[in-house]
Parts: sequence; structure tokens; C-alpha cells
Amino acid sequence: MKTSLGFRIFRTVALVVVVLSLVAPLVWMVAASFKTNVDIYDTSKALIFSPTLDNYGTVLQQANYLQFIGNSLWVAFAATVLSLLLGVPAAYSMSRFNMRKSALVVLMARVIPGVSLLVPWYYVFSNLRMVGGFSVLILSHMFVSLPLIVYIMMGFFDGLPDELEEAAQVDGLTPIGAFRRVTLPLSVPGIATAGILSFIFSWNNFMFALVLSGADTKTLPVAIFDFVGYASIDWGGLMAATTVVTLPIMIIALFVQKYIVSGLTAGATKG
Amino acid sequence: MPAVTAPSRTPRSAGVMPDTPGWARWANDHRKWLFAAPAMAFVAALIIFPLGWTIYLSFTDSSGSVRAESEFIGLRNYLDVLTDTDRFWPAVGRTAAFTGAALFFEVVLGMAIALLLWRPFKGEKWVRVAILLPLVATPVAVGMMWRLIFDPNIGMANQILSWVGIGPQPWLAGQNSALPTTIFIDIWQWTPMVVLILLAGLTSLSDEPQEAAMIDGASTWQRFRHVTLPLLMPTVIVAVLLRGIDALKTFDILYATKGRGGGSFNEVETLNVYAYGLSFDYNEYGLSSTVLILFFLIIIGVMWLLTSRKKKEAAR
Repeated sequence: MKTSLGFRIFRTVALVVVVLSLVAPLVWMVAASFKTNVDIYDTSKALIFSPTLDNYGTVLQQANYLQFIGNSLWVAFAATVLSLLLGVPAAYSMSRFNMRKSALVVLMARVIPGVSLLVPWYYVFSNLRMVGGFSVLILSHMFVSLPLIVYIMMGFFDGLPDELEEAAQVDGLTPIGAFRRVTLPLSVPGIATAGILSFIFSWNNFMFALVLSGADTKTLPVAIFDFVGYASIDWGGLMAATTVVTLPIMIIALFVQKYIVSGLTAGATKG
Repeated sequence: MPAVTAPSRTPRSAGVMPDTPGWARWANDHRKWLFAAPAMAFVAALIIFPLGWTIYLSFTDSSGSVRAESEFIGLRNYLDVLTDTDRFWPAVGRTAAFTGAALFFEVVLGMAIALLLWRPFKGEKWVRVAILLPLVATPVAVGMMWRLIFDPNIGMANQILSWVGIGPQPWLAGQNSALPTTIFIDIWQWTPMVVLILLAGLTSLSDEPQEAAMIDGASTWQRFRHVTLPLLMPTVIVAVLLRGIDALKTFDILYATKGRGGGSFNEVETLNVYAYGLSFDYNEYGLSSTVLILFFLIIIGVMWLLTSRKKKEAAR
């Protein structure tokens, strides 16, 4: 459909405002991470300042962030892989056999307030001497990842015609064989979408790690709070810490934009 | 959730070759549950027992340590909580205000931005990248970032206001301005999500009703109001539902900007923050369980309202 010149000018101006208000705060955060605390306190040095890497030195060396980055990577990776292993076959079954009520059980996990699970989890897992270890963190993050993966993959399998599987079965494959050799290879884009989103949500998760992680297993979102003291805040260090947490995920997002969008909007346009 | 109702098929062993071993035959015949059960068992194990226990705790005076002796006190917690005008009801009010205001602005702004992006244009790719950034950023980090920007003394927000001649505002530090400021942060981070969902909905609409209305001489506004919006309504409700559930449960940005208990005057203490504080700051497990059960009922109620609305829309 054609658009008028007036509309196009209005659209350009409006979108510039939108883009600026979304990006400027992030630019400000990254800029502050390269400033000394003196420069941060001086608003006249908003964009012109002599950059320093001191804050990153503090974050990566003194504050032990290399370890926390490793923790976050490991927890998000393990939770995503395990959730895919459980979630992809489950979503397949729920889609092919139309198990909508069973799907609801899994999706319930997205609705329930996490706090209501944390007290019992803490009690049980501390009795099992698991609190502070990686296994309990991974389990709790799977609780976030699994429903997401089942939700996305069910939508994906719903849209995948089953004629191909049937043809494969006529050719002599068992139903599980057809799933493995025909459906799974065709599902790679869906699995990538689900996996990427699961990784991001796990990486960003804060509340479960806040309660269940220990000094050595802290993930990045929890470690950020190391820079917030009772009396004062080390703004430079804090902004370097927040940049270390958010920048990798934003850079990944740029490369896999298509997958993230399709995952976030999964199921939105169907009934 | 996709509501496509395909007739369910029975598992069949057709196509299983005669030399298939017995266990593989069994696996193929039972693949429906073989595939679905592990995931369901995992979620059930992590939900059902804790939820049951939370319900049990809500009828006891458990506090201090969950291991400590606790007594069954019937509905006393529920009476205490429901008559608590000091913390509980204000928290309900804040939760409703936060969710209502955030959702309202996110849907209105999200709709406006989605409409701007609907038709292809040059540079579209870059706008879409910008829209994705807040969405994938870690919420606690986003909270910290805005905490610096809204700092009353050194923040950029007051600096910008001073350029247009407006005096400094307390933002997150003010007793009355803290909640609106956190709502603003939520809008900044999550409007993009609504944009993406509505845009997916808009793209799936066919052009014909639009063109027909145009030929009939409908104005731009009329076309939006009477053609686009009704067709898009199911998608709008999906967006409200997905965002609404998460907005009700908002925790990360509130904790990052105001700390425990939603600030020293509980300015941003929503139900989720209140329940967290009761559990992990005050160790009042009985009371916190009661608050959580009531909170959960509220979430279920809101979801039920929205899904029944969605069914009505779909039936039209």
C-alpha cells in the first residue's frame, strides 16, 4: 500500500525519537563504564571525557567477575541443553497427540510466582546439601527454560506438516525413527529459536540465583549487587559490571535477531 | 497457546519393521507418554510438592526456621493478611497500579510503534535492532542503569530537565515518585515486546479489508478503528496476557532500584516484593505463604478474565 509524503516524514521523526529513547540510556551506561567516578559526577563531561579501563580492571580482577561470567555461562548452557532434551520430545508429543491439558501443566510453571516455590525448594535442597551448588541452580533455571521451550516448540511442531513423517514411515522407518531422522533435522530453526531464548532468559534470571547460589556459584545478575554498598555506590564499577552482563547478550541478539523475534512472538498470531 | 484442534491420532506400530526388537516396538507404541512424561514429571516435581507445602504453611504460624515447630492455626493468617491495611492492601494497590499503568502505556505505545513499522521502509532493519536491545538486556542491570540516570544529584534525567528549565526531581528517591519511575523503567524495557507481538499480528493480516475500506472512502483513523483494530484484537489480548503475567510478578527492577522491602517507606513494595521480604528477610513463612496463595489466586483470576475475553473475541 502506498504511503503519503506527510506520513513518511512523520514516521521518520517519530522513529528517530523511539530509537533514541531506546538506545540512549544503554549508550549512557556503556559510556559511564569508561569514566572515572569523578567524571561520572561531573555532568558537563556527559559525552566528552578521557576514557579509562580502570572500572573493567576492578570488575574483572578484584571483583572476581571472570568466575561469575563462567558461572553464568555454565548455568545457562546446562539449563538450556537439559531443557531442550526434555522439552523438544515433550512438545512434539503434545503437538502431535494434541495433549493440550498436559501442556498446561508445563506452562503453569510460567504463571506461578517464583517466590512461592523458593521456600520449599530452599528447605528441600538445603537438606540434600545442594544449596550453593551448581546442580540446584541449573534445576531452578530449567524451571524457567523448559516451559519456554515447550511453548515455542509446540507452536513449531503445529506448523510442521506430518505428511513427511508419514512418508518416512511408509518407507520403513519406525515412528521414533521418523521423528529422529526426519522431524528433528527439519526442526533445527525452531530448536535454535527455543535454545537462544532459553539461554537469554536463564542468563538474565535473578531471583532464583539470589536465593539458591553460594559465594562461589553466584551468577552475574547477583554479582552486580557487589558494587552497591550501604553507604555509597561505586558507579563506575557498577556500570562496568552491568555492561559486562548486558553487552554479550545484546551482541548475540544482533546476530540472531530473526530467531529471537520468532521465539518471542511464537503463538501470538494463532488463535 | 495454539488452539488448533486436530483430531488426536492413536499411536500405531504400522511401519515398524518385522526385525524390530521388542523394546523398540514397545517404545514406539508408547512414544506419546515416553516423550511427554519426563518434562511433565520434572515440572510437576518442582511445582506440586512446593505448592502443596505452601498451602499447608499458610495455615500454620511457621516462622524463624521452617524446621522449627509450627502450629496449625486455621484461617488466622488469612484473616490477619486480609485485614492488614498497613502492608498487604497497599501492596495490592501498588501491584494493580504498576501492572495497570505499565500495561496501558505499553499497549498504546506498542500499538503506535507497530503501526509505524507496519509498512516497509528504508532503515527498517536498524529500527528493529534498536527495539530488540532493551528486551534482551538483563533486568537487574537495566534497573541499575536507570538508577544512575535518575540519580537526583548526578543523573542525566535532571540534567536534561534543567536544559528545558524544569527543576530537579527526586525520581526513584521520592516517596511518591518512586513507583511511577519504576513503571517508566518497565515501559522502557517491555514496550518493545508488545511492538514485536503486535507487528507479527499486523503482518499476518490480509490487505483486502483495508483496501475495501479505502475504496469506501474511510479515513486513516476510521480504517484503524473499524478494520485493523478489530482484526488485531486477539493478538492484542495475547500481548496483554503475556505482559500482564510478567508485570504482576515484576521483581528484578524493583529490587535493583529500591532494594529490600521496596525502599525504606515500602514505596514500591508490590505483592511479589512483599512476599519475598516476608519469606527471606523476616522468615515469616506462614504469613508469606498466605500472601503468595492470595497473589496466585489474583494472577489466575486475571488470566481467566483475559482468556475468556479472548475466546469471546475469537468467537466473533
